[in-house]
Amino acid sequence: MTETATLKIWRGEDPAAGRWEAHAVPFERGQSVLDGLRWIRVNKDPSLAIRFSCINANACKECMMELDGETVYACTARLEPREMTLSPLSNKTLVRDLVTEIAPPAERFAAERIAVKEKP
Amino acid sequence: MSTSPVHIETDVLVIGSGAAGMYAAIEAARAGCRVLLIDRSLIGRGGATVMAQMTVAVALGEEAPDHWSHHYKDTLTAGRGLCNEPLSQLLCEQGPECIREMEAWGVGWARKDGKITSAFAPGHDRPRCVYVDFLNTGPAVSKTLRTAVYKLKSVARAGDLCVVDLIKSEGEVRGAVAWHAGSGAPVVISAKATAVATGGLTRLYRRNSASANMGGDGYALCLRAGAPLIDMEFVQFFPIGHLAPRLIGMDPIMWDPFRYKLGGRLLNRDMQEFTDRYGVTEDGRYVITRDLGTYAILKEVEAGRGSPHGGAYLSFQHVPEAKLREAFGPVIDRLAANGIDLTKMPVEVAPIAHYHMGGVAADVRMRTEVSGLLVAGEAVGGANGANRLSGNAITEALVFGREAGRTAAAHAKATKAVPAPNGAADEAVALIAGDGPKEVPNSAAMLQRLQAVMADDVGPLRTEAGLKRALAVVADMTAALGDRPFGDGGRFDMQRLDWFDLRNMLTVARSVTEAALARTESRGAHQREDFPGMLPEWRLNQTVRLNGGRLEVSRPPAPRTEVAAQ
Ligand SMILES: Cc1cc2nc3c(=O)[nH]c(=O)nc-3n(C[C@H](O)[C@H](O)[C@H](O)COP(=O)(O)OP(=O)(O)OC[C@H]3O[C@@H](n4cnc5c(N)ncnc54)[C@H](O)[C@@H]3O)c2cc1C
Ligand code: FES
Repeated sequence: MTETATLKIWRGEDPAAGRWEAHAVPFERGQSVLDGLRWIRVNKDPSLAIRFSCINANACKECMMELDGETVYACTARLEPREMTLSPLSNKTLVRDLVTEIAPPAERFAAERIAVKEKP
Repeated sequence: MSTSPVHIETDVLVIGSGAAGMYAAIEAARAGCRVLLIDRSLIGRGGATVMAQMTVAVALGEEAPDHWSHHYKDTLTAGRGLCNEPLSQLLCEQGPECIREMEAWGVGWARKDGKITSAFAPGHDRPRCVYVDFLNTGPAVSKTLRTAVYKLKSVARAGDLCVVDLIKSEGEVRGAVAWHAGSGAPVVISAKATAVATGGLTRLYRRNSASANMGGDGYALCLRAGAPLIDMEFVQFFPIGHLAPRLIGMDPIMWDPFRYKLGGRLLNRDMQEFTDRYGVTEDGRYVITRDLGTYAILKEVEAGRGSPHGGAYLSFQHVPEAKLREAFGPVIDRLAANGIDLTKMPVEVAPIAHYHMGGVAADVRMRTEVSGLLVAGEAVGGANGANRLSGNAITEALVFGREAGRTAAAHAKATKAVPAPNGAADEAVALIAGDGPKEVPNSAAMLQRLQAVMADDVGPLRTEAGLKRALAVVADMTAALGDRPFGDGGRFDMQRLDWFDLRNMLTVARSVTEAALARTESRGAHQREDFPGMLPEWRLNQTVRLNGGRLEVSRPPAPRTEVAAQ
């Protein structure tokens, strides 16, 4: 029997109306939680929304989420052969699933901040 | 979905916020333009720049004498006769100015005895590579530029904006259409000048050092807008990418800086140095160039002398613990957390896709063939020929970014009004806002399949049969992708993002593969098993164009004549 990690993931676009989804992920030593989430997208459900860029380097700092209620980087949190609960950052505006709005306001797209024209 | 697009106007639009894009934005703003700097990821975090760990090649001559012409000569030699000399010269000649400006902005290049210090890297004739300790070059470069951008009131910045197509009307590029990931809405950006600084394409391969945003978007965007690409067959593999044991929180190219500082020994299954078999004697020093290192490791594996996971061993066991700590301090602890003690064990390494020498064809002012369209950074092809020297890529991003910003500003100033899209944005807007098909394949699995095919058949060692196999798969996948984006078009719709990524990646994969198939010789990063020698008649640069959906590879009628470096 190969070991598995069970990722219990919060899904939804409305903080008040989400659902939990559990996926069993084959466990291998030296994998990150982000590896597990990417495995789910390829093998189970590509609609799962996660924010990440650098994958391994821990340089982009985009993959922040909550693991068992604690804020972590998904790419440095170790995948473990147990149930791991993943939810979006609770102190940030939810976008979808595990993705929240984490950019500083001045670096977000906000039509009203940038000179906007009428539709041509 | 029927979201009507938001419409934005600016003088200069910069797409991509790596070193090239940020420097371009700064320069265009300094020249008095309104600039909009956008990125599909967050500003300053999405690409290769923030991930770079070490060395920036530049002839500063602080510690010991150097001159840009020596750097230039080494660059041309490494490029195996294919460098676009004016671009290489620009990189080497202007490098020092940009590096000093970065220092003035507070990047903090490592110093010894008060002087900016340089490391030696393979292919350079002397120590020429500046860096920020420890493994912090990329983050420091990115942060410094981000802060410099922040101080400029005339630069507006916005992340989560993924450019889907450039707007081309009446023969000129007039901005871009972007998908706003956060809302799923289309955004039309009209600009007097547009600079594409979207970085490289190494996400095309299974094992890579890329971020999720490096699928070669800019190459596809420019191709579709009518700008040609050059040297697409030359994808650089970094020979000693981490292979085993699995590591968390470390970039796979981390062993490069280790080798710079500590040498290290590259060993085969029998714990023997082997690069001398392929013409380079290392003897514990780090001198092998990337193309040769990749070749040597892959050939050793092919001969049955590879390490257990199919690569080579890299050993620092002969280096005392104190020396390891002095050189890499906190990184040694991170390795320990992963169960790695370098004094006791070797690690396994193997080639990974790392950088793209090819790219959009541009002149020394970063102009493409299409009016209003500029390029910068790794998106530009030609400066590094068939093989890039360590450290040249960040210099290239800085220098070319600055140049693109200047040219964009000049172009914008010479343009009276922001040109209207005149309907040329409609198609891309419809793609972004359209309903997806009901039944779709798994987009993430498709991406993985493309990466596997590219790695297996369009990697560093190529054959006609393999390249043709890859083209067939790419054609199949292009058909499976169809012309309607997957997903629901809602917020952060990753299936839709995958679809846009695949649309670009399949086009770029085709460009690389067709160019590789056409080049019936071996040179630098392009090694044909069926055409092993480097041939003088192939001393020429191939061009790829998109013509009514058809990709065309062409080459000049005669090879280039020798241009001796000074
Ligand atoms: C792990 C790693 C380590 C490296 N180390 C070194 C080193 O030590 N020395 C060296 O010289 N070179 C190094 N390189 C290469 C070097 O970092 C890059 O060539 C250089 O940083 C490229 O800069 P850039 O600005 O052109 O592109 P990038 O920094 O890659 O930035 C491109 C940006 O464009 C954005 N983008 C892409 N597509 C779109 C789109 N469609 N819409 C909007 N935005 C988009 C991306 O999100 C990204 O932020 C390294 C590369 C990697 C991957
Ligand atoms: S994915 Fe970049 S820090 Fe985690």
